[in-house]
Amino acid sequence: MTRPDHDAPTSPTGQAGPIIEVTNLVRDYGGLGRKSRRVRAVDHISFGIQPGEAVGYIGANGAGKSTTIKLLMGILRPTAGQVRTCGLDPMRRRIDVARQVGVVFGQRSQLWWDLPLRESFTILAAIHRLDPAAARDRTARLVDELEMGGQLATPVRSLSLGQRMRAEIAAALLHSPRLLVLDEPTIGLDVLSKQRLREFLVEERRERGTTLLLTTHDMGDVERLCSRVLVVDHGRLAYDGTLPGLAATVGAERLLVIDLAEPTRPLQDVPGARLVAVESDGLRQRLAFDGARTTAAAVLTEVSRRATIRDLAVEEPDIEDVVRRIYASSAGQR
Amino acid sequence: MRTFLLLVRAGFRRHSTYRLALLAGTATNSVFGVIRASVLLGAIGSAGTHIAGYDGPRVLAFVWWGQALLGVVNLWGFQEVGQRVRTGDIAVDFLRPAGPQLVYLAEDIGRAGVNFLARGLPALLIGALLFDLAWPPGIGSWILGLLSVAVAVVVAFCGSFIVNLSAFWIVEIRGIRLLWMITTGFLCGLYVPVPWFPDWLRTFAEWTPFPSMLQHPLDILSGRVDGAAVWGTLATQLAWAVALVVMAQVVLQSGRRRLEVQGG
Ligand SMILES: Nc1ncnc2c1ncn2[C@@H]1O[C@H](COP(=O)(O)OP(=O)(O)OP(=O)(O)O)[C@@H](O)[C@H]1O
Ligand SMILES: [Mg+2]
Repeated sequence: MTRPDHDAPTSPTGQAGPIIEVTNLVRDYGGLGRKSRRVRAVDHISFGIQPGEAVGYIGANGAGKSTTIKLLMGILRPTAGQVRTCGLDPMRRRIDVARQVGVVFGQRSQLWWDLPLRESFTILAAIHRLDPAAARDRTARLVDELEMGGQLATPVRSLSLGQRMRAEIAAALLHSPRLLVLDEPTIGLDVLSKQRLREFLVEERRERGTTLLLTTHDMGDVERLCSRVLVVDHGRLAYDGTLPGLAATVGAERLLVIDLAEPTRPLQDVPGARLVAVESDGLRQRLAFDGARTTAAAVLTEVSRRATIRDLAVEEPDIEDVVRRIYASSAGQR
Repeated sequence: MRTFLLLVRAGFRRHSTYRLALLAGTATNSVFGVIRASVLLGAIGSAGTHIAGYDGPRVLAFVWWGQALLGVVNLWGFQEVGQRVRTGDIAVDFLRPAGPQLVYLAEDIGRAGVNFLARGLPALLIGALLFDLAWPPGIGSWILGLLSVAVAVVVAFCGSFIVNLSAFWIVEIRGIRLLWMITTGFLCGLYVPVPWFPDWLRTFAEWTPFPSMLQHPLDILSGRVDGAAVWGTLATQLAWAVALVVMAQVVLQSGRRRLEVQGG
């Protein structure tokens, strides 16, 4: 995992400053006269993303993630607040923004349905006014890295979901954008396809330093790709920081799985730890502890006073569980 | 420009994949051509030797060029853009560094090209084999006539594009599309030549863009309009094309401003 480099100097095009800057952004849906049916999808969100960062934008269904992305791209007009993408107002400078950003909406396709996949790349290269030779090279690289050589002659409508998603990502990267925005790129993919896609993205970012903004419900994506997470909840920003920090914030517990030399009574009295489960007559016991208050070493010392430890494993908090806690806690406030 | 041409080519390829539909279209066109030719010839026969500048060969040219252009000029309109607005897929179009109007126009020109080759020329050939139709009176009429067809394609596209864009404001646009189809079919001169309309209706039609979508190219190609008058006809068409291109752009921009993309 890479660290967020908040002090990245200048972007490839020489523009300094954040690549995304959002200030008090608000977006309502629903007709003007129908106040009762208005939905506030984005509610005073502010954040900045520096060139080169990889940010996971996570939140429950309907939290406002896709809406935010549409605001960033100038597809939707903000109800209030400010958006700057690549230093530009996306509503006014939509085309200039589109030249520098690649976007994939997992549920929509940007490819030409009836045509062989190859044609989509040709057309997109033309729309982006790429030099034909450079476009050929770039396409060849992407096709090679995403292992799509066998599908170039296949009409897009006949591609499998995984194949299409790889094609979508290649299409979004064709013009070598500074910023890649992926809205649920792994939706519906099997484990292996997800894995390959993540590896590709890690590689692509390492080579080109592309900034990444990723929306997903798959915490594996976030853990593997993002050094920073933004959690939105009911249109509001609930957390902005690192992934381990997120776990710490909600006080998620780490888990010690201890295998003992012989059956032992339940270890209920270990200071700083909470007994979660006892298995095989006490041969294996699970202890949860709060990483902010004590350490795994301290817990182990206490356990070894009571029994002989044969083997152990530490389980990190499940991120989905962490996020669930955030949602739950803010739902409680409502 | 290269972008535009590549998009035209893509439209051409995309529509040339539907070979069977094209073949069926040609067959239907020809059958209807024979029927229409007989009906209009009959009308001229019962009125004397000609009606409003149309004699037998000219009315045959009107019918068969009309059948040939039926698939070329998008008289019936399309629905794809309206559907994309409705489903929210239009969002993807706005992610590209190009105007959607240009992208869709290019595709429609490609579609027109396919239809000209695959449906237009065969229909014309069949018409010429079965009937004694008038040909454009000179090389100038050929060139300006085909140019007039190209402008007609643009006019028809923009009209239907605007109809489709109404989906930004109205959820169900099938009614509007149907109205557009009926109005176009009638006022563009497809069924009956516009010059045969009663005076009041002809005057009305001449103040709409519909004759620019079919009647005007047919006038030039059948030789009913000849000499300097051709330029006037072409100018009328061009004026409509420019007006509709601008109007479509205005509608598209205001639609974008009030867009509420449906779905994720
Ligand atoms: N076109 C629309 N009209 C009305 N309300 C909408 C529209 N689009 C989204 N919403 C509402 O705005 C809120 C945020 O939607 P959004 O699509 O941004 O959520 P999301 O975080 O992307 O969710 P998901 O994870 O399900 O994709 C939801 O309450 C949704 O119902
Ligand atoms: Mg979404």
